Amino acid sequence: MAEIIDGSPCAALIIGGSAGSLDVLLEIFPALRNDIPFPIVIVVHRKASNESLLTDLLKSRTRLAVCEANEKEFLSPGKVFIAPADYHMLIEQDQSISLDYSEKVNYSRPSIDVTFQSAAEVFKEKLVCILLSGSNADGVEGLKSVNNFKGRVVIQNPYTAIMPYMPQQAVLNVEPHVILDSHNMADYINKLND
Amino acid sequence: MISDAINNEQVEILLNDVLETHGYDFLEYSHASIKRRITRLYGLDNFVSFAEFRYTVKTDKQYFKRFLEEITVNVTEMFRDPSFYKSLRQDVLPVLGTYPFIRIWVAGCSTGEEAYSLAIVLKELNLLSKSLIYATDINPSVLEKAKKGMFPLTYLKQYSENYLQSGGVKDFSTYYTANYSLAKFDESLNSKMIFSTHNLVSDHSFNEFQLILCRNVLIYFDKDLQHKVFNLFDNSIEKLGYLALGSKESLEFWPKAKEYKRVKMEKIWRKL
Repeated sequence: MAEIIDGSPCAALIIGGSAGSLDVLLEIFPALRNDIPFPIVIVVHRKASNESLLTDLLKSRTRLAVCEANEKEFLSPGKVFIAPADYHMLIEQDQSISLDYSEKVNYSRPSIDVTFQSAAEVFKEKLVCILLSGSNADGVEGLKSVNNFKGRVVIQNPYTAIMPYMPQQAVLNVEPHVILDSHNMADYINKLND
Repeated sequence: MISDAINNEQVEILLNDVLETHGYDFLEYSHASIKRRITRLYGLDNFVSFAEFRYTVKTDKQYFKRFLEEITVNVTEMFRDPSFYKSLRQDVLPVLGTYPFIRIWVAGCSTGEEAYSLAIVLKELNLLSKSLIYATDINPSVLEKAKKGMFPLTYLKQYSENYLQSGGVKDFSTYYTANYSLAKFDESLNSKMIFSTHNLVSDHSFNEFQLILCRNVLIYFDKDLQHKVFNLFDNSIEKLGYLALGSKESLEFWPKAKEYKRVKMEKIWRKL
């Protein structure tokens, strides 16, 4: 599929994933350029325990700064923020991070919907959201909001995802800007603001 | 859930109404979170217009009770973050045990799970008889639940695991009796608790404590309000007393943080 390059520059990239998404992240991260001009937020479903495992894994695969998101911290370009296990992560109008320990959404905390929805309102057409492999329908409502606010929706190709259900639900319910195989994602991200 | 059913100005209007009509000030809560809570409730209760929602919140006292309960987050757990409770058991409470009398404030206690967890640890350290736990919340209806000490039985497996991981050595089921779908906790535990409404935004210090526990409450406040609440706690903690926060909360940016010393790796600070 041809890449769609839009006029508005990307001000934030959010990647959401569940089962089967770690492999994709580990494929993307080593290939990312070191001067990414926007913040990257990662929302991945996982157990409440083994807290820093994901952060440590991703840290070892990139020269970008990777940290577990702290509440009230500001998003900043070239930095990777990981939604902490067992908290929802929201983005405020001033681009700071709010954490929230409210009810699970789609059996998940962090929920991808929650982060996509709050970021959609803040970054509008300058937001890019990527939904990866997974086996529940989290992320779909969030992508609808991203579309409503004219942001860009990118979905992993369900046919090549380890767990196709989540990207499949997204493709069925949301008009994506582009559907990508995992090996094309790093390149897509690297060229977002070219 | 439609995330853009209510816009930012409407949130502002609603929260101003709530302050003027009911006296609760949510204007310094983290905006994205409170907006999400409001939008969620609007959807849950099938309102068809913002005007109808606003009118109901403003004029229907019964509905306002629900509003208050639903826009504040009342998700909590017993022995949440077991390593935190382990540190309370090993590092904090034994020190307080040297005092003749222990006063503890659980601020924002919601339905009481943390207060009961604390009471269990105190009991096992033989300190409960000389302790008093003040459990407060903004919300009268969650306090009614907390007083009863009854929690859904379905969560007890998780709580029991948390308890064991936190260094508990007893059979957790000795602390409650199963009653249909609820676990009723031993009355000796809440005999040392005082439940009362207290609004961290508008109410003042009401006593001096050796330990204040306030976990996953401040994440819903903006930075200025967080600092006000830290000042309130500072006025309510004795010298060498302790302040315990949630796993993602921190004193870090508060100007008086230098006067507190972190206890090991946990979110517990000791006033110097």
